[in-house]
Amino acid sequence: MEITLLFLPLIASIISGFFGKYIGDRNSEIVTSLFVSISAILALILFYNVIFNHYENNIVVASWINSGTLNVNWSIKVDALSSVMLVVVTFISSLVHIYSIGYMSHDPHKTRFMAYLSLFTFAMLTLVTADNFLQLFFGWEGVGLCSYFLIGFWFKKDSANAAAIKAFVVNRVGDFGFALGIFLIFYLFGTVNYSEVFEQVPQIIDKKLLFLGMYIKAIDLICILLFIGAMGKSAQFFLHTWLPDAMEGPTPVSALIHAATMVTAGVFLVVRCSPIFEYSPLTLNIITIIGMTTAFFAATVALVQTDIKKIIAYSTCSQLGYMFFAAGVGAYNVAMFHLFTHAFFKALLFLGSGSVIHSFKEEQNINEMGAVYKKLPYTWILMIIGTLALTGFPFLSGFYSKEAIIEFAYLRGNTVGYYAVGVGIFTALLTSIYSWRLIFKTFHGSYNNKKLKIEQMQESPIVMLLPLIILSLGAIFAGFLFKDLFIGHGGENHFWGESIKFLNPLSTEHPPLWIVLTTPILVILSIPISYYLFVKNKEIPNWFANSNKPIYNFLVNKWYFDELYNVIFVQFSKKIGLYFWKVFDVKIIDRFGPDGISSLIKNLSIKASKFQTGFIYQYAFMILLGFSALLTFLILN
Amino acid sequence: MIDIGLGHYLTLGAMIFTIGVAGIFLNRKNVIVILMSIELILLAVNINLVSFSIFINDLTGQIFTLFILTVAAAEAAIGLAIIVVYYRNSSTVDVEKIDSLKG
Repeated sequence: MEITLLFLPLIASIISGFFGKYIGDRNSEIVTSLFVSISAILALILFYNVIFNHYENNIVVASWINSGTLNVNWSIKVDALSSVMLVVVTFISSLVHIYSIGYMSHDPHKTRFMAYLSLFTFAMLTLVTADNFLQLFFGWEGVGLCSYFLIGFWFKKDSANAAAIKAFVVNRVGDFGFALGIFLIFYLFGTVNYSEVFEQVPQIIDKKLLFLGMYIKAIDLICILLFIGAMGKSAQFFLHTWLPDAMEGPTPVSALIHAATMVTAGVFLVVRCSPIFEYSPLTLNIITIIGMTTAFFAATVALVQTDIKKIIAYSTCSQLGYMFFAAGVGAYNVAMFHLFTHAFFKALLFLGSGSVIHSFKEEQNINEMGAVYKKLPYTWILMIIGTLALTGFPFLSGFYSKEAIIEFAYLRGNTVGYYAVGVGIFTALLTSIYSWRLIFKTFHGSYNNKKLKIEQMQESPIVMLLPLIILSLGAIFAGFLFKDLFIGHGGENHFWGESIKFLNPLSTEHPPLWIVLTTPILVILSIPISYYLFVKNKEIPNWFANSNKPIYNFLVNKWYFDELYNVIFVQFSKKIGLYFWKVFDVKIIDRFGPDGISSLIKNLSIKASKFQTGFIYQYAFMILLGFSALLTFLILN
Repeated sequence: MIDIGLGHYLTLGAMIFTIGVAGIFLNRKNVIVILMSIELILLAVNINLVSFSIFINDLTGQIFTLFILTVAAAEAAIGLAIIVVYYRNSSTVDVEKIDSLKG
């Protein structure tokens, strides 16, 4: 069953990618959607087994590398953690497949698109089912590659190509750290299999290593390197710049890859490696700080963006920050819970925004929208459900997970934890404001689009709405239904079993009431405030933006990260590249190498060919000269 | 009176030979001139043969001369025929323009 689950998307991808021409667009859409849906059903059955029967398994599909002490298998590891990821990935993926049938209906390259989506699903599944770091890395790079394909799917757009390359290059930075981390693990433990590595971790906690001229605790170094990898993939502060640009891809891609699944790979990595991270308090604090910085930063930027997809992208970034700081304060299960609920409402929001974009005929600027809630009633309602869930409106899924994060951060009981609580609550407020800003600007107020008349607005087809409805059910109920399973009552949680390690059991106390109540109250209050600011009295935000121009520009330009990186890294490496190209390559290697030799031979040949004048009398003269020279030689001897 | 000896004959032969050789490559005009230069070279050889034949009292050399004259006549006929054919094809016998061997 597990093997079928894993390989169906790959088979679907091969069928659609290589034989799409022969079986036609419609058939390849059906094949990919069907196969991935079967995977999703199998994943649900598996999840059911894991919950109720504590099913665990490690299936070795094939031996991959067997060299000396390095033994690596292709395997399918099924435990609580991977079963949760399997459900999230296959479930969201199958809905996105179905949605794409509607969304991409006008695109000439449907088979290619479906093949990439399925291939991505396969890569993500190999990532989450790995039982060793190498297979994890394979899946890691696989999803990176598919992300590159899909961001640059509309390859005729320059901006899409640039965004695809940016995503790839920024991820390389993270992957470099990740690869170094794996090397270090192999160096220290002599193996890359999870079970053996995790067993040996306690033996090396006091070991120190010389790194960049400093003695660092080996365990800290491993964790930091692994976390750098996670930062790249999950778009954390410093390495987040690729995620907003990745919105150049088609919207289903944004929903699947850049919101619900791939970007959570970093969180998954940290949780999967909890037996290592638990021994490195330093790294956990770094994770918390990076996580909450990201959450805060992305939320502030999202406040002022005007592109509907970029707002949601920054929101994703911000929510990933929440997951990381949950993991950083040691509440790995809460991080997974937020990942789980976030997948539903973020996919819902993205697909909903895709539906809006589809109706507006590829318009993404929210200032060009408005007043269409009567025209797009289903999309409107579904987007509102997504927004309520995202902002943590009481009793929707985001409420449970976000509350839990803030509570556990408080219960951590150290300075970083309290700091995280403050940032977390404030970010929740910001999240609520920018989310409602999006809703009000898109659906309410006055109609601002000049290209389309409001009468031309059409609701999206049922094939696009159906996945949205299913996701909205998830967004409403996932938190309530799975709260006990994921977080449990106090310390008696048996669901996670061995897959997550807690060195110190999570605190079972209850946080003070004000902590529990602050966020929901702020979130509810922000709805009328946003309505007033963005619909009733639009002058106030404008006045505020104009009177605080420096702050406004700072936010609009995303804290000037792109500009900063451009100056520090891009220009610098461009100059080095240009130098090596123009000077080293062209002027030295080519000049003395291939170009030099060929021009030398050419010149010699030109000179030699001058002997061949074609005049008979000159040939005759040469013959005579030669003859007399020969004679002279013979006579003298 | 100067006594004319073998050396004088050989010198004359060498001079004619040199004129013939020089004529082949200094000539810028005409293929026929090349042909004439070759005749000159042959004649220079003939003078050598005849003079040696007289000085060592052996008739073989003179008989050879007759053969060479015959061959030279035949050769001139063939050479001229080639030139005529060449002229028909390319309507020139100017050596400066005969350079189709050039690659």
